[in-house]
Amino acid sequence: MSLSRFFNNRNTLGAVFMVPAGLVLLVFLTYPLGLGTWLGFTDAKIGRPGEWVGLENFIFLFGDSVARTSLFNTLFYTVVASIVKFVFGLWLALLLNKTLPFQSFVRAVVLLPFIVPTALSALAFWWLYDAQFSVLSWALVKFGLIDTYISFLGDPWLARGSVIAANIWRGVPFVAITLLAGLQTISPSLYEAASLDGATDWQKFWYVTLPMLTPIIAVVMTFSVLFTFTDFQLIYVLTRGGPLNATHLMATLSFQRGILGGALGEGAALATAMVPFLLAAILFSYFGLQRRAWQQGGSDK
Amino acid sequence: MSNFNRRDFLKASAGVAAGTAAAGVGSEALAQGKGAPALNLKPEKGAKLRVLKWKRFVQGDEDLFNANIKKFSAQTGVEVRIDYEGFEDVRPKAAVAANVGSGPDVIYGFFDDPHLYPDKLLDVTDVANYLGAKYGGWYDVCKTYGMSGNKWISIPLGAAGATFVHRISHMQAAGFKEFPKDMKGFLELCKALKAKGTPAGFALGNATGDGNAWCHWLVWAFGGRMVDEKNNVVINSPETIKALEYAKELYATFIPGTLSWLDPNNNKAFLDGLISVTNNGISVYYAAKNATDPKVKEMTADIGHAAFPIGPVGRGTELHLFTEAMIFKYSKAPQAAKAFVTFMMEKEQYEPWQQASIGYVTQPLKAYESNPIWTSDPKNTPYRDCVKNMTPNSFAGKLGYASAGTMADFVMVNMVAEAASGSKTPKEAAERAQARAQRYYKV
Repeated sequence: MSLSRFFNNRNTLGAVFMVPAGLVLLVFLTYPLGLGTWLGFTDAKIGRPGEWVGLENFIFLFGDSVARTSLFNTLFYTVVASIVKFVFGLWLALLLNKTLPFQSFVRAVVLLPFIVPTALSALAFWWLYDAQFSVLSWALVKFGLIDTYISFLGDPWLARGSVIAANIWRGVPFVAITLLAGLQTISPSLYEAASLDGATDWQKFWYVTLPMLTPIIAVVMTFSVLFTFTDFQLIYVLTRGGPLNATHLMATLSFQRGILGGALGEGAALATAMVPFLLAAILFSYFGLQRRAWQQGGSDK
Repeated sequence: MSNFNRRDFLKASAGVAAGTAAAGVGSEALAQGKGAPALNLKPEKGAKLRVLKWKRFVQGDEDLFNANIKKFSAQTGVEVRIDYEGFEDVRPKAAVAANVGSGPDVIYGFFDDPHLYPDKLLDVTDVANYLGAKYGGWYDVCKTYGMSGNKWISIPLGAAGATFVHRISHMQAAGFKEFPKDMKGFLELCKALKAKGTPAGFALGNATGDGNAWCHWLVWAFGGRMVDEKNNVVINSPETIKALEYAKELYATFIPGTLSWLDPNNNKAFLDGLISVTNNGISVYYAAKNATDPKVKEMTADIGHAAFPIGPVGRGTELHLFTEAMIFKYSKAPQAAKAFVTFMMEKEQYEPWQQASIGYVTQPLKAYESNPIWTSDPKNTPYRDCVKNMTPNSFAGKLGYASAGTMADFVMVNMVAEAASGSKTPKEAAERAQARAQRYYKV
């Protein structure tokens, strides 16, 4: 029986077992991504298939002041938010790694901002930042620190800062909890050995904790950067990209242009323009942070 | 007197038409010999319809719409399934349906929608002519939205209108007996209100509804326009600059923070008594009327509604959220779909629906000006004329991708916001808007 021989062959059987997963990836990941990229090179409008226009959309976007602003905003938003999230997240993870009263309860509470749906927490921030009803402004006025309400979302730079703060609040728990998991995999014997060698706390952190943690840092920060770079809901609820387009990210502008404005090709091009940045972030974390030599206490040659 | 006669005719025909399916109405209209063209629709046997409509702004809208659907199904035997989606989600869904050639038979879209895929839509000229002749004619703006060339591709349902919602007592305290009807008077009112500590507030963030509405009104009122009749971008004009200089003076009278305002902000600020005038739908008034908080309820009698002031151009230049029914060519039951759309526009269905929507939707057909909803509460009356005073968002050019894209990208709102806040001079703001719009109109 050739069929039974066919199924007894490890290689063919392996391939057969992989087909469903492969199909899922192909249909639900590769195809949409490919289609989106292709659309970026066409002049497709909503309700009308497009024709190939080469790089026209990208050249058009490059000459567009709002698109350039959105690129700047996205980079600024991602860099600032990711760095702060990392610092706070690591700090929080180190604190949580100590023995605390009600340990698991505290750890669960820390996760809350991450669990609450973004649209919901964004609404809460929308109230906090409201031009008329802001609790923050109200409290500061009551304390006599300011006279007029702060226009959190009405001034371009203040608005950028405000949305970044909201993003950080939401993103820190993810970084913290994941790094905490990483911290707990570090064998205590390493710290004991370091202690015997007379290492200070700072040295223990720098020569034991950090190197041992880099693989997980690489993964966490890759995800964190990806989430931040592609953020949409927060901006959409808080500002819709305003004031004066100061908080438009590439994702929100892409939606505004492509779906609401009907310029599918242009919106897709904006989204496609994000891919190189995302790839760069992934490559950086994989090749930059996952160096074995460093993890084993050596240094780069 | 012809007006009187027409309404008499409506009253008389209402009794006859009651209990008659839309499909059969045509022959009666013909029999009455009022010039209404016959509409002989024969819903396909066993037809099933899928309808997509924007989600209600007021509960009554949905309740009555559903009741009317039930009535339609009972009378024609056509099964109708309705889905409601948030109003900003309708455009992408409709576009996808048009693109892939399957989906709901009837979609209630907004603004430019029918002009994004005119060749995917069923010709509904017969329905439009029938309704127009029977109900006193369509307002001009309806023809702009409904027609492509010389045929109708959608049937206007109406517009979620806005007026200048204001506090009567604050206005009087500022020395005005009634709401100003021109731009100069309005600016003076706002200055006086500011001096009294009860300022105005108009959304200048990326507020799809309110921001677009008042910014377009302002620029149009002074004679500025995005494009001319041939779709050449002409926003950078002396008229626009004048409007922007006015906007700057007006902005100085606003409550702080309007640059960040989205659609809900002015409602909240108004109901909290922080602002005295803003542009909004009738929802603020009803929120006050139905409030459980006695402080808010007290405000009800003090809320006034006034039409947008008229600028140097000498005519209404309002922009309202315009909505229309589109029937897609891919529908397997085009006759049933037409019958459905017609049925919903007939007096027996439309007037109660308009009443249940508490005047949130202004009619596209002139005859419905006589709907008691507009006079039962005198405060509703200004909303009656919203569609009459309306200018299409594509003004003065054609509806289509360019006008849809320009509005969705907030080119007008951003320009007014830049000039008003002083982040750019009026000249710079107009130049920037010109450059941005030209990208859409591809000059």
